[in-house]
Amino acid sequence: MSNGSGNAVRKPRARYIANAMRAFGDRAEPLVEWTIRLCGWSAILFVFSIFFFIFREAAPIFGELNWLEFFTSTQWQPSSEVHPRYGILALLVGTVSVTTLAMLVAVPLGLGAAVFISEFCTGKLKESLKILIELLAAIPSIVWGFIGYMVLGPIIIKLTGAPVGVNLLNGGLILGLMSVPIIVSVGEDALKAVPDSFREAAVSLGASRWEVVYRVLFPAAKNGLLAAVLLGVGRAIGETMAVLMCTGHAVQIPHSLLDPVRTLTATIASELGESAAGDPHYRVLFVIGLVLFAITFAVNVIADLIVKGVRNEQSR
Amino acid sequence: MSIQIDFRNLTVKYGHKFALQDVSLEIPEKRIFAIIGPANSGKTTLLKCINRTIDFVSHAKVQGRVLIDGEDVFRIRNVYELRRKVGMVFPLPVGLPLSVYENVAYAPRRAGIHDRHELDAIVEKCLRQAMLWDEVKDRLQLLGTRLSGGQQQRLTLARALSLRPEILCLDEFSIAIDPVTTMRIEDILRELKNEMTIVLVTNLVQQAHRLADYTAFFSASRLIEANRTETIFNQAAHRLTARYVAGDFG
Repeated sequence: MSNGSGNAVRKPRARYIANAMRAFGDRAEPLVEWTIRLCGWSAILFVFSIFFFIFREAAPIFGELNWLEFFTSTQWQPSSEVHPRYGILALLVGTVSVTTLAMLVAVPLGLGAAVFISEFCTGKLKESLKILIELLAAIPSIVWGFIGYMVLGPIIIKLTGAPVGVNLLNGGLILGLMSVPIIVSVGEDALKAVPDSFREAAVSLGASRWEVVYRVLFPAAKNGLLAAVLLGVGRAIGETMAVLMCTGHAVQIPHSLLDPVRTLTATIASELGESAAGDPHYRVLFVIGLVLFAITFAVNVIADLIVKGVRNEQSR
Repeated sequence: MSIQIDFRNLTVKYGHKFALQDVSLEIPEKRIFAIIGPANSGKTTLLKCINRTIDFVSHAKVQGRVLIDGEDVFRIRNVYELRRKVGMVFPLPVGLPLSVYENVAYAPRRAGIHDRHELDAIVEKCLRQAMLWDEVKDRLQLLGTRLSGGQQQRLTLARALSLRPEILCLDEFSIAIDPVTTMRIEDILRELKNEMTIVLVTNLVQQAHRLADYTAFFSASRLIEANRTETIFNQAAHRLTARYVAGDFG
């Protein structure tokens, strides 16, 4: 009896709480929506403010800078008392050559590993490989630089007889290895996203496992794989510490793999500290920052166009 | 009439769970053989054993034998050749990420046909056989996945036919398509049985009744009985079969 009356008392209260929560949920809905919207817009905000702040530091020198010399001269003598020169051609070539070499290493290695992990191995091996590759991604870039400087450098000297071990080859290899984990993990996700029914259908047509990979999985996961490669490129272009330590840091256009080079990023990192805020050298370093920004922007736009182009071709 | 597929004491286990238990069944050549039964009765697993895609189910254990034309499929060296001999149509249409043309030309290319005219002829023939030609002949370069559901299912049928298979397996092909397309494909199958053995897994009892020369009834991973379709539907030996075909359960 007392039980029944207890219930009778409790029930309306429970209903009251449920109603209140529902009312709150309904009212919270716009709040949640706006929070999410804000998160989305913040990405745009951040990109624009980064661009704005770099631009603000660089802008005052736009009028004085000899733009033709800036892009076509290999003379980088920013701290000359008599006649400072700001030619970034050698640095540009340095960045492009190191990145290209890095991608030649990282793309086949990374995509190969992604295919292996996603399609050819199972169970414990798969899990441990994934964990190891994540670990690889977690190695700080200074440690990579250290390995390039202390381990890879001497090996290169021994094998090739080069006078110095820190050069384009060293930087490219280290940078390539650094880009592998991101290509593997993004690439593996892209392959995993291809439905199993595709594999089944292809296999039922008599395709071998490799044919399934390159005739069915690669086309189906094309966008994701391209994204993986471009993230790798982005990493390679933007990387600073390791290339600073491994490339030799000499301003010159390389003529062989064994020539030391210097990149845009390494130049900013090594010189910003010694330039006085507001003087031309300082401002030119920010102009280099803008150039880097433009390069990564161009890479992304090109990637978008490629992906879109591929899509349009398919829908013809 | 000779036997095309001969299952002998086939048992398949997924982990500790039986998918098929001691199934012995003979499928005759150039007939439509329907396999009916409630969900999870092992029907799809049976098909997977025919073209050995069961290999890709990592935790599957297979005992017993499956003979195709007298040869044990689990001992076959060239499994790709086996799979080319067996056309497979899945429940949901899977347009490979290729054009309509390439979807159908894929298997012939694999088999070594590279002459453009010959490929064109095969593609046209298969698409005609699948009653899709008239709808897609002007857009063969369209991505296969852009066709409608019914068209995609006929595309997968054309693709299966492009192998010139001796055996055509269909796994609940009508699940995702409209009744009109289903009827059209059924008509195609009646014609095709002059050329090949057709194994039809279906949830639709009436479809088996309409189409099949023989019908096997599976329940809970066991073969309950197999016989001429008329016999199964009119004088089933087991009460379970009779109840299933009458629509009492399933």
